[in-house]
Amino acid sequence: MSLDDLYKEVILDHYKNPRNKRPLDGATVSLHRTNPLCGDEITIHAVVDDGRVKAVAFEGQGCSISQASASMLTDSVEGKSVDDARGLAGEFRSMMEGKVDPDEDAFGDLVALKGVAKYPVRIKCAVLGWDVFQDALAESGTDGA
Amino acid sequence: MATVREERGAMDVERIRKDFPILSREMAGKPLVYLDSASTSQKPRQVIDAVVEFYEEHNANAHRGIYPLGQEATDAYEGARERVAAFIGAPDPRTVIFNRGTTESINLVAHAWGRTFLEEGDEIVLTEMEHHSNVVPWQLAARDTGAMLRYVPLNEDGLIDLDAVASTITSRTRLIAMSGQSNVIGTFTPIAEIAEMAHEAGARILVDGAQFVSHNPVDVVELDVDFLTISGHKVLGPTASGGLYGRLEVLEEMDPFLGGGEMIREVFADHSTYKEPPWKFEAGTMNVAQSVGLAAAVEYLDGIGMKSVRDHERELTAYAIDRLRGAGARVFGSDDPDRRGGAVSFWYRDIHPHDLATVLGEQGVAIRAGHHCAQPLMRWLGVPATARASFHLYSTVDEVDALIDALAAAEEVFG
Repeated sequence: MSLDDLYKEVILDHYKNPRNKRPLDGATVSLHRTNPLCGDEITIHAVVDDGRVKAVAFEGQGCSISQASASMLTDSVEGKSVDDARGLAGEFRSMMEGKVDPDEDAFGDLVALKGVAKYPVRIKCAVLGWDVFQDALAESGTDGA
Repeated sequence: MATVREERGAMDVERIRKDFPILSREMAGKPLVYLDSASTSQKPRQVIDAVVEFYEEHNANAHRGIYPLGQEATDAYEGARERVAAFIGAPDPRTVIFNRGTTESINLVAHAWGRTFLEEGDEIVLTEMEHHSNVVPWQLAARDTGAMLRYVPLNEDGLIDLDAVASTITSRTRLIAMSGQSNVIGTFTPIAEIAEMAHEAGARILVDGAQFVSHNPVDVVELDVDFLTISGHKVLGPTASGGLYGRLEVLEEMDPFLGGGEMIREVFADHSTYKEPPWKFEAGTMNVAQSVGLAAAVEYLDGIGMKSVRDHERELTAYAIDRLRGAGARVFGSDDPDRRGGAVSFWYRDIHPHDLATVLGEQGVAIRAGHHCAQPLMRWLGVPATARASFHLYSTVDEVDALIDALAAAEEVFG
């Protein structure tokens, strides 16, 4: 396992140039959470309407893995139906657990995070944003609605 | 014997390292550079052998068996108590309670002393640099008793000024509970002076010795503290070894902590009477083998001399601060090696500590990254986490150099 497998260029790019890292006007849900183990913080803002994630943004601070993962999340779920976004979150977790080889087309940049699975202590960094996102969906009361 | 070696001056670190089997292994294909001793220390062969020998030759439950083997186990356990008491200068072994270490010890005091003697409006004085294990038990005790927490602020160098302590103490102060040595920035607290201030105010003093006892000569009579915690696994001992020193008359007036077997004198249907300290606080089958291992650990350290250990770490700490600064790192806490121990927290450029620790780990260098169970201190430092290198008697200048070299690898990834 080399560091290059963990810190891929695309991860460092999302870390240094995060996408959608900002507050979100008109957000229907905003949820903030810290990782109690390391203090990393992520806030997910989303506009969830008509069963669809119409817009999503994040704010936070922490390590490259947690911040890059949140940045990729915003790119990958925007515009998706809530069901599809949930499905992607589930597949992402499976990838982190080393259970599935991701469909590279569907996963896009997220594939770059696959190497994190080899560093068990860092998996929690990669899933932090997804935890917050899934709870935000639950909180916005959009169970398939 | 300890004195003779101390007079001989500097320790032979290379010879000492040969006593620690794990230090000759590799990590990630590189020689292991273990700079996380503030988290847990490595164990010398002498400690490992003592635990093995106990299980192979003397194992039985302590304080129970009538047969000769049972007596051997009891003698080994009580002998360990005498050895640990001598290590911290406690004249009476009955003042040493064995348990899992600092966290359990502070919870013991918070329950058995706190719930008995704290009343609504009383004040517990902590400092801004405490480990969560010296914060949370007091929050719970305060919640249950109506007592309040007050915090001694740190000065700009992360040190504790006696003036700040004096202005935090009030007529309602019942206890000062503070770390003897910060696990994050190494700060030493002036223990004896604060103990005197506590007693003048009619308060008790508890010292979290998780770091302090592991790296400094300690004499509880000289320090005049009421409670001192010992984390055995940081003093080269086994995990789940350790204990609590308590002034005997204070232990006598305290409630028990855990109830159960062997801590009682007599049990009736509706009440029980309890043993004398320390056995009043040792319910159930104890960590006998671990305590025997801990005794071997402090014997090993006494053979080298804790003053020599401290002098070695003082030099390494000063060297590490210099080299880290030279490499462009921001080092937290005091620069004065006389006022701090060998836990050095830093940020290297803008690289998050978790990323740094991951990259360094692949270079064979083990450091800690995170909030170090001291979130209030992180807020004071204004960072969410730090990277921390920490030392013990087996740490070397070469290892500090290896840390600095490994920073270059991080620079390559994140630069």
